[in-house]
Amino acid sequence: MKPGTLGAACLAVIRRDLTLSWRRRGDALNPVLFALVVVTLFPFALGPEPNQLARIAAGIVFVAILIAGVLALDSMFRSDCDDGALEQLVLSPHPLPLLLACKILVHWTTTALPLIVAAPLLAEMLHLQHAVLPVLLAALALATPLLSLLGAVCVALTVGMRRSGMLLALLVLPLYVPVLIFAAGACDAAQAGLPYLAPLLWLGAALVLALVLAPLACAAALRISIT
Amino acid sequence: MRPACASRFLHRDAADARKAWRDRAGLASIPGSMATSPDHDPIPLLEARGLAFARNDEPVFGPLDFRLFAGEVVLIEGDNGAGKTTLLKVLSGLLEPGAGEIVLNGEPLTLARLSHQVALLGHLTGLKGDLTALENLRFATGLGGMRPGITPSLALGSVGLEGYEDVPVRQLSAGQRKRVALARLLLVPAALWLLDEPYANLDRGGIDLVNRLLDDHARRGGAALVTSHGAYAFTSGTPRRLPLRSAA
Amino acid sequence: MNKLTLWFHKFGSPPVFHRIGGLLAPWLFAAALVLMAVGLYGGLVLAPADYQQSDAYRIIFIHVPCAWMSLFIYFFMAANAFIALVWRIKISEILAMTSAPIGAAFTAITLATGALWGKPMWGTWWTWDARLTAELVLLFLYLGVIGLYHAIEDRRQAARAAGFLALVGVVNVPIVHFSVKWWNTLHQGSTVRLLGPSAIDSSMLWPLLVMALATKLWFFASLFVRARNDLVELEAGKDWARKVALGEGDGA
Repeated sequence: MKPGTLGAACLAVIRRDLTLSWRRRGDALNPVLFALVVVTLFPFALGPEPNQLARIAAGIVFVAILIAGVLALDSMFRSDCDDGALEQLVLSPHPLPLLLACKILVHWTTTALPLIVAAPLLAEMLHLQHAVLPVLLAALALATPLLSLLGAVCVALTVGMRRSGMLLALLVLPLYVPVLIFAAGACDAAQAGLPYLAPLLWLGAALVLALVLAPLACAAALRISIT
Repeated sequence: MRPACASRFLHRDAADARKAWRDRAGLASIPGSMATSPDHDPIPLLEARGLAFARNDEPVFGPLDFRLFAGEVVLIEGDNGAGKTTLLKVLSGLLEPGAGEIVLNGEPLTLARLSHQVALLGHLTGLKGDLTALENLRFATGLGGMRPGITPSLALGSVGLEGYEDVPVRQLSAGQRKRVALARLLLVPAALWLLDEPYANLDRGGIDLVNRLLDDHARRGGAALVTSHGAYAFTSGTPRRLPLRSAA
Repeated sequence: MNKLTLWFHKFGSPPVFHRIGGLLAPWLFAAALVLMAVGLYGGLVLAPADYQQSDAYRIIFIHVPCAWMSLFIYFFMAANAFIALVWRIKISEILAMTSAPIGAAFTAITLATGALWGKPMWGTWWTWDARLTAELVLLFLYLGVIGLYHAIEDRRQAARAAGFLALVGVVNVPIVHFSVKWWNTLHQGSTVRLLGPSAIDSSMLWPLLVMALATKLWFFASLFVRARNDLVELEAGKDWARKVALGEGDGA
């Protein structure tokens, strides 16, 4: 591909971010470990009784993955901001939303995908009904990209701030609540034997909307905060 | 008989520079060419009209008018805090000016219309520490394009880092990282170089390298705006100076 | 320049806003207090006891107007944020950022009175019904805007960033309401509609509307007082601000 074209630029961003993640592939396990810790704590707090855990298993898995995702959000732009690569990205005449979408894609692949792979293990530890597992995975597959996209907008607003963890959590919470409601709601419906397709479709619609709008918002937010 | 230009910073050097450009381009000898008379100047590569920037309502630099022509290297002088780095960021399109406009090659340069023609080398090199020098340069060309006739390996050789292609950048010294950043400048086809403290962290050989690169760039028809604390001599004679006083 | 733009330009000039705000604020406070007294008298004393909830319902005369204000102020903040981002008008930045704490306060009052209402109604101090939960998320939205505004040093950049967040949030408000409603429907449905017949007796309705107006006036009065302060602080270098700070007059 001819260097300097839009396609080459997107490919360059994806390749660079994937290479960087691979060079520090140990870090990719951190969110998974964190989710594992959270899930492990619940039986200690609530008691190991399988039926009780099974009732709330889907919810706990979602919350654990959500919090792990929030902690991993910071790494999206942090190192690029620190070494000036973000400036070069903003300076590039290629459409910034597209380049950011590539970055968000790679970030999702390296932080959320391991979590989705680990989800069956987490669900099993909490005695989730096996029939609900496919629904859980489908909801995760739709919800986690949504969380990454919405989170990217908030991270863009706080990029470069030291100790922005608490503020970031505060910013993403109102955006994450609807996603969590629909994702966990789908699992609850499946668990109760009720139709669960509607919430999943809502998630899908939201995801499609966010795929288009979130990179635009992220680029605008980045331009505001990079000055 | 000065051209109608509001700039108070143009010195005699500018007229000389334009003449030198025309000489180099061979235009003076072509009859009927468009840029032979001193009154009819070629389109400046970069023009700033009434450019001003304020942070927190404090003016950083005041209304600025200047022109930069192809083949010129201009040194921006000013004390610490005079706004040199900010000026470069505004000229690159990274920051939006509070007032005034920037015209690049006849086209306005705004946040919405950035250009491949501009390359900024700031305090931060923009290099990823975990990637090798070659990988960083490949990314730069993927994003910004590659000049014909040069490859990342050749560029590394030109800046004296032959053999360092596969070394992760975080293992390089500050001066070596600066050289990799300079190699990036060699690769991308940008006509306008905005260099913020390019001599920082470099040894004697590095300083010569920067001067040489600027010279070659000017000879190829590019232009450069350089900030520097010390006064360094460019190999092609005294550069035009653009003093920047802190706006009162 | 047409008349509206001219008026906006004039009102948008900081010294003028400072002066007009200073003149209006005491009157707005006074009017708000009077209306509050009337509304509360009508609601707490005059209106008859509710058929189902007896006297416990009377807290709606504070709860509901505060809930309406919390939403109104959020949209007011978002509108000003939009103007500030698109046209870079300083007054809009100030108005947007100043209304955030006031909105947060109204939201907190809504939540507190909701809890007080919940105790005799449902026996618990907190209940996760749709409306209260949406109010809680709204509180987080406000706190996020306030937090972001105070986390950035450059005041104008901070206002732009927090304003952008407010705009993102304003898209989120209906989404949150819809999703939380889907999640739980325990709270009684809206009994006062803007157009069309209300489901609530007129003797209870008029104190409610009076209180709604009173809280609106209170908001604007409070907004003017706070905005004037913030404006003087932001324009600290200018002459008119110096004059005001030294007490040499309004400077307008």
